[in-house]
Amino acid sequence: MDVKRRNFLKIAGLSAVAGLGASSAFTQLLKGNALASEEGAGGGETAAGHGAPEQGGHQEAETAFQYGMVIDIPKFAANKGLAEKCINACHYEHNVPDYGNPKDEIKWIWVDDYEHSFPDASQYKRNAGLNDLPVLLTCNHCANPPCVRACPTQATFKNDKGVVIMDFHRCIGCRFCMAACPYGARSFNWRNPREQYANGNYKFFKHGLNPNYPTRMRGVVEKCNFCPERLAVGKPPACVEATGDTKAMVFGNINDPNSEIAKVLNANFTIQRNSAAGTKPSVFYII
Amino acid sequence: MYDKGKVLTGLAIFVAIVTFPVWYDLVHAQHVPKLEKPTLSKKCVADIAYMRTSHMVLLDNWRNEVVREEKRKLIDVEGKPYAKSLQMGCMKCHPDRKKFCDECHTYASVDPFCWDCHFQPKKEAN
Repeated sequence: MDVKRRNFLKIAGLSAVAGLGASSAFTQLLKGNALASEEGAGGGETAAGHGAPEQGGHQEAETAFQYGMVIDIPKFAANKGLAEKCINACHYEHNVPDYGNPKDEIKWIWVDDYEHSFPDASQYKRNAGLNDLPVLLTCNHCANPPCVRACPTQATFKNDKGVVIMDFHRCIGCRFCMAACPYGARSFNWRNPREQYANGNYKFFKHGLNPNYPTRMRGVVEKCNFCPERLAVGKPPACVEATGDTKAMVFGNINDPNSEIAKVLNANFTIQRNSAAGTKPSVFYII
Repeated sequence: MYDKGKVLTGLAIFVAIVTFPVWYDLVHAQHVPKLEKPTLSKKCVADIAYMRTSHMVLLDNWRNEVVREEKRKLIDVEGKPYAKSLQMGCMKCHPDRKKFCDECHTYASVDPFCWDCHFQPKKEAN
């Protein structure tokens, strides 16, 4: 065959360029296809599931079961000391240390005023008495929890009952979850909660220790877990039990239309904390 | 042999140093751990050989099952129910941490961090 070196090089060069170009164009096309199909499926899901595809694309499928709580603030206002009773019941039950200063404070359930509990609600010409109400705050056990996404070790996760659980064993204390939580529901143990005096008494457990629940160690994040160990034996969470017959707190599966809580939600006007964040809190307030 | 005295002394010192760990251990021999046997029951949740080598695996699995998977069903051993729990399960039969856990852990020089959070019955939780 009569091919000159010059022509051979031309053909070889051109086919090399064509080959490279074709393969990269091919992968581009493949990528485009994959993206398109992902968007199609994801978009369809959000539209069907929530009707709110504009919420940032972080939607997870809702669990069929979602424990939630309705907190009736006027009932707490009417029963002086009831909120404290709930807090003490919880903090004793779970050996929540009291470090005695707000910087190190550990709280699973606590009280704040209306203004700081619902900063996104309008405060303009607000009823002055509203701020005297004891608003009981706790982990919202969001249907779409940002802390769970932030946790690098899956120490915090959503269980099949919709509860956002802390696995204290797995927590490495990075505090990403605390940064992610829009409700300040998480506390970090800056100190060792088991510090003792020389005589062997614990420094931070003034009400004594509950021998049936462990403490935490230094460098671990903690928060309300909706008492899974109590639910497992058919008891309500400690705070709910502390409210007794006042019905100031109603607890149950908010996704079951026949549950007590679903009926309370249906019969009352309720608000949630920072609902605009799109986290879908499972704790509701009657103001 | 030249410098007989020096060489032999040197050799003796060398041998003494090299064999130091052996005779030190002979003198300061640690007692082999002897576990306190439970009085309440005869049978454990798994056989003794498994518990001896792999109790930490069992505890790890229990922890994941209870905390993460909500599998809290009690374990039935000859009609007696046991909770999947260190504090509420194991320590019911083996109530003394010093005589049961630490006995081997100290001997084997392992330092698990169970007790940073969990309680041993009676002693700590008063």
